[in-house]
Amino acid sequence: MSDTIMKAAALDSEQPANQEQESVLSVNGVKKHYHVKAGMFKPDATVKALDGVSFSLAKGKTLAVVGESGCGKSTLARVLTMIETPTAGELCFDGKDILSLGKDAAKALRQKIQIIFQNPYGSLNPRKKVGTILEEPLVINSDMSKAERKQKALAMLAKVGLRPEHYDRYPHMFSGGQRQRIAIARGLMLDPKVVVADEPVSALDVSVQAQVLNLMMDLQEEMGLSYIFISHDLSVVEHIADEVMVMYLGKAVEYASCEELFANPKHPYTQALLSSTPRLDPAHRREKIKLEGELPSPLNPPQGCAFHARCRYANDRCHKEQPALVRETNAQVACFAREEGRIA
Amino acid sequence: MSLLEVNNLTVEFGDGDNPFRAVDQVGYSVEKGEIVGIVGESGSGKSVSSLSIMGLIEYPGKVKADTLKFEGQDLLAMSENKRRAITGAEIAMIFQEPMSSLNPCYTVEYQISEALKIHQSGDKKWRRQRVIELLDQVGIPDPESRLKTYPHQLSGGMSQRVMIAMAIACDPKLLIADEPTTALDVTIQAQIVDLLLDLQKQKNMGLVLITHDLALVAEAAHRVIVMYAGQVVETGPAEQIFSKPKHPYTQALLRSLPESSLGKDRLDALPGVVPGAFDRPIGCLLNPRCPYATERCQKEQPTMQGEGVRQVRCFTPLDEAGRPSA
Repeated sequence: MSDTIMKAAALDSEQPANQEQESVLSVNGVKKHYHVKAGMFKPDATVKALDGVSFSLAKGKTLAVVGESGCGKSTLARVLTMIETPTAGELCFDGKDILSLGKDAAKALRQKIQIIFQNPYGSLNPRKKVGTILEEPLVINSDMSKAERKQKALAMLAKVGLRPEHYDRYPHMFSGGQRQRIAIARGLMLDPKVVVADEPVSALDVSVQAQVLNLMMDLQEEMGLSYIFISHDLSVVEHIADEVMVMYLGKAVEYASCEELFANPKHPYTQALLSSTPRLDPAHRREKIKLEGELPSPLNPPQGCAFHARCRYANDRCHKEQPALVRETNAQVACFAREEGRIA
Repeated sequence: MSLLEVNNLTVEFGDGDNPFRAVDQVGYSVEKGEIVGIVGESGSGKSVSSLSIMGLIEYPGKVKADTLKFEGQDLLAMSENKRRAITGAEIAMIFQEPMSSLNPCYTVEYQISEALKIHQSGDKKWRRQRVIELLDQVGIPDPESRLKTYPHQLSGGMSQRVMIAMAIACDPKLLIADEPTTALDVTIQAQIVDLLLDLQKQKNMGLVLITHDLALVAEAAHRVIVMYAGQVVETGPAEQIFSKPKHPYTQALLRSLPESSLGKDRLDALPGVVPGAFDRPIGCLLNPRCPYATERCQKEQPTMQGEGVRQVRCFTPLDEAGRPSA
């Protein structure tokens, strides 16, 4: 396989995989480091929650970010929505660098990237009516009159499959699936172009999960939305995503189109993830790859490749050096074993 | 004689005239060395039915059953003391959220040896030895150094391993695992499921695996019980349930999984939600959501029909092609 590997520049300067389509959001080498106190007499430690991530999101497409807890998925969501400022790197929305913008311009741009949170039981204010929740973004960001706001909120309720009488109700009167619909409606009130969905269906039951996923796909078609879909559930990702980025300890280890990743996973971690996902149909089951141990602590990351302690292909080089994402024909993979042709 | 025999188990909450039936006439049995999967969405009564077997339903909940027998002994008729001697020792349970099920104030050693102290004789030294042995069995590296750790020092996967060690401390004959992997990551989930299945095989325990993850049950269980709104709607051997479901709800659940819609644009979603305490329909509980519902379904409640272990609660059970029989 090594002959098909094309050496590309290091991660930070690399161009995104998808260039032919117009990209809405492109991210280049974004890092987010947190300083934490390690103890009274110890120097501060650094948690590299996000350590150099690059991708580009095309209009109307879905990029799924997959990984286990602690891999930096949610930090990525917070950076993209400008809840957190990245330590380093570039964020471009519609060709404009978000980070260098002034306060007012940033505020205007922020409306175009919205977020849907994981737990609809925690993300809706229990003391506010649905109408108030939906109109709050408009009150802050627009000069619409009260009647216009209500009209827009009602239209949005209809769009997400709720009824007009729900406008005057409180969140506790809804089931989990309906609450997630409200959260989606709130995210869409300002007509965003990019929606960052942070595990939007993981708190929902199977049948409701299917309803919400269908709704998200309908809205995407209708409104031309681009999604960053953060999830740990690979079967959901397989269904909804166009491109997938697999993360491990703050770094992307594999970035490929959805078909390619599921048909032909390349990084040992991706392979293990896919094989550990339970499958209904015996024909879909893969040979189980047992991963020993757990995700290392980001406070004390291992030297070399972050995955080496759990990887069955690891050698001396993996213990010492960090692999960068390398462009292959259909994907980008960060793995020495792959680069050296030790695994197919 | 079955290990566990449950017949017409009903659990009710709320006031006398109009109680809410969280579990409604549930019946099943578990044999020695068998893995039974109970699947259903939240609100289907999976957890409450297993809590009632453990005797953990508190007032004002009321547990009624025609039979609730463990190895032929009637759990409901026996004295409280006798029942306590059985639960925790011979029937053990693993709870859903490992992070919140462990007591944050006590060390791992203390919490595991608590069950040993109550159910088995032996001095402190023996108990410590046994705890080390148990931690080793559940795959915790360097168990001796972990004795004095507190739950907050453990990761989710490690906490779940400690929970499992607690449950198997007295070598139970029946282990009830209530969503043992729901809060865990995929790779850790695979580790924990492997561990549970290994232990089950080694000790030849009966294992009741309660989960909403259909694929997990498909891979692990011998027999499956599908629950909906407090009722058992379908039972049968795992491969039959998943390849040829007879109940419309089972069929809909399977179809709504993304795995079943590979290559399709949209998922086959079942409309509506599981009915709660105040919107229970008349007739078959599924009828407002069921694509095949007839007039009869809106009036009468179907009963469990079928032979042996393959039973279904439907007037028009689905045939091999997945169409309702006339």
